[in-house]
Amino acid sequence: MSDDKSSVPAEAPPVGATAGAPAEYPPASRAGRGMFGIQGSGDTSGFGGLVRRRVAPGGAERPFGGYFDEVYDALEEAFPGLDDAIEKVVVDRGELTLHIKAERIAEVCQVMRDDESLRFELCSSVSGADYLGADDRRLHVVYHLTSMTYRRRVRLEVAVTAENPRVPSVTSVYPTADWQERETYDFFGVIFDGHPNLTRVLMPDDWEGFPQRKDYPLGGVPVEYKGAEIPPPDKRRSYQ
Amino acid sequence: MTYATERETTEGKVFNVTGGDWDTVVGGADPIEAEHIVVNMGPQHPSTHGVLRLVLELEGETVRECRLVVGYLHTGIEKNLEYRNWIQGSTFVTRMDYLAPLFNETAYALAVEKLLGIEDQITERATTIRVLMMELNRISSHLVWLATTGMELGAISMMLYGFREREYILEIFEMITGLRMNMAYIRPGGVAQDVPEEAVKKIREFLELMPKKLKEYEDLLSGQPIWHQRTKDVAVLDVTGCLALGITGPVLRSAGLPWDLRKTMPYCGYETYEFDVPTTTTGDVWGRYLVRVAEMRESLKLVEQALDRLKPGPIMVADKKIAWPAQLAIGVDGMGNSLEHVAKIMGQSMESLIHHFKLVTEGFRVPPGQVYVGIESPRGELGVHAVSDGGTRPYRVHYREPSFINLQAIPAMAEGGLIADVIAGGASLDPVMGGCDR
Repeated sequence: MSDDKSSVPAEAPPVGATAGAPAEYPPASRAGRGMFGIQGSGDTSGFGGLVRRRVAPGGAERPFGGYFDEVYDALEEAFPGLDDAIEKVVVDRGELTLHIKAERIAEVCQVMRDDESLRFELCSSVSGADYLGADDRRLHVVYHLTSMTYRRRVRLEVAVTAENPRVPSVTSVYPTADWQERETYDFFGVIFDGHPNLTRVLMPDDWEGFPQRKDYPLGGVPVEYKGAEIPPPDKRRSYQ
Repeated sequence: MTYATERETTEGKVFNVTGGDWDTVVGGADPIEAEHIVVNMGPQHPSTHGVLRLVLELEGETVRECRLVVGYLHTGIEKNLEYRNWIQGSTFVTRMDYLAPLFNETAYALAVEKLLGIEDQITERATTIRVLMMELNRISSHLVWLATTGMELGAISMMLYGFREREYILEIFEMITGLRMNMAYIRPGGVAQDVPEEAVKKIREFLELMPKKLKEYEDLLSGQPIWHQRTKDVAVLDVTGCLALGITGPVLRSAGLPWDLRKTMPYCGYETYEFDVPTTTTGDVWGRYLVRVAEMRESLKLVEQALDRLKPGPIMVADKKIAWPAQLAIGVDGMGNSLEHVAKIMGQSMESLIHHFKLVTEGFRVPPGQVYVGIESPRGELGVHAVSDGGTRPYRVHYREPSFINLQAIPAMAEGGLIADVIAGGASLDPVMGGCDR
């Protein structure tokens, strides 16, 4: 399923919609083709067409609203050359996301933590996401910073390619990122330069591959009956 | 080389054991000074709260270095979520931190609702039930903490009492949700079941009973010299240390910072409830004990207020494109079913049948984007980072699990201390490995 989904451009009509059955994007695998020669989901109810798949939120323009302008102004003042380090500002669902150039993330974090008018003392979460097919720099690392002084949250996001997945580690700024960066390495293969001990943390030490990447193969279940196998979840016939 | 010798006494034959190479051992270098021993504590050790492995380098009884190995309970829940629809996610996330399932569910439900943009449509009754259930769950989780920590520090009776009262809460859960744990009760859009009248009665009884029990625990432990010695000035972590290591929850509050997301970044209407955030300034195991017991009292207050607010009303969003059939009754076959709903879709409306089928098999679509929602679980900030690509399944869900983050503090607490304090310090973090490893 992930493969199918990722190859679909964001503007495409919803898969399985009634627009032009059989669906414009036939499933890649034989298992997904379904009975009676139907392609796609075979959905004729119109349910699938109720919500259109829309493009992910684009860059925001000033004013951002709420405390976001204050945060941005403070960061601009405290971090000379911010325009050079920042790629995009996204305001969506009441949350501020700053897309930072990967190589500058540690510097930005340092300022975010130390500047008096920013004071993001707590790094709540570091996680990854694989936007295979949607972004050339498909591996994203997402940092959620919390300011306890001002009770604010900000999301920082960096993007790197799978070929050169290098991001400076923020462990020197936020020691709590230690295990979280290890987790992101473990599942996405992002290499954090400067991390004191970048090893796997949840998967076994000798594991091969990075399981949360979208192109990581899923296992099927051999049922030991005439060589049959229950296909892995992404190869099963299902709605998308 | 000498061997065991025997001699006759009035009591019978007595053997004196001597020999071996004991003399050379005693005569040689002092093993305590010269030798460092590396000891594996766990992964199968009752005091590690599940499968946590600590690699300790000991010098005598002093811990020189401590490294943690986690991941033994990793089940790939986050990955699995990506292959189920959004509603099915509740069933997965509830199994992460198994002592606080309702918090996992609430965090997930709030994240999905934020992605859908339907936070305003969640009914008041559903939100009140969520608060009620979460606070009961907080008490049950803290009770397990008190019970297991008591056991680990030698107070076996505390374990029995703690689990006894927790059983009472689990019975309440069973009455409301049908399950004691991992109930997938709080779902995107509302809750699965309404609270029956008899459960309200049972909760009222619990509110009567619990303060007496809390007093009993304090009578048992608070004045007990062994408890003092095992907890006071043990595994100290100050506010600076907590913030650097990302430690939140009772551990942070025991160091003196009143950071509680229910107060500081309210959700589910917590800002309208009256309760205090207990803190101490000791930053040790003793302080964490005081904070947790006090938090149970505050949770009782919250439960009482939530009960008083429980007004009849819907428990699921009105939007039928999102609302799963709720308020199911247990049928003769033991399966949940709603006769009214079945009569409608099977007998009256073809459209309803189609939409029911599509909603249940395919699920609803969630507009693309990402959100982060943090709530105050019994262990600290439980965060959910959920990403949607516009489909019927999560594109990525990441849990900021407080157990995972808080465990990073063990080396800071244990190194330089005694090995017995590793147990006390580790227990005071209240780690749940199901949550840590996910």
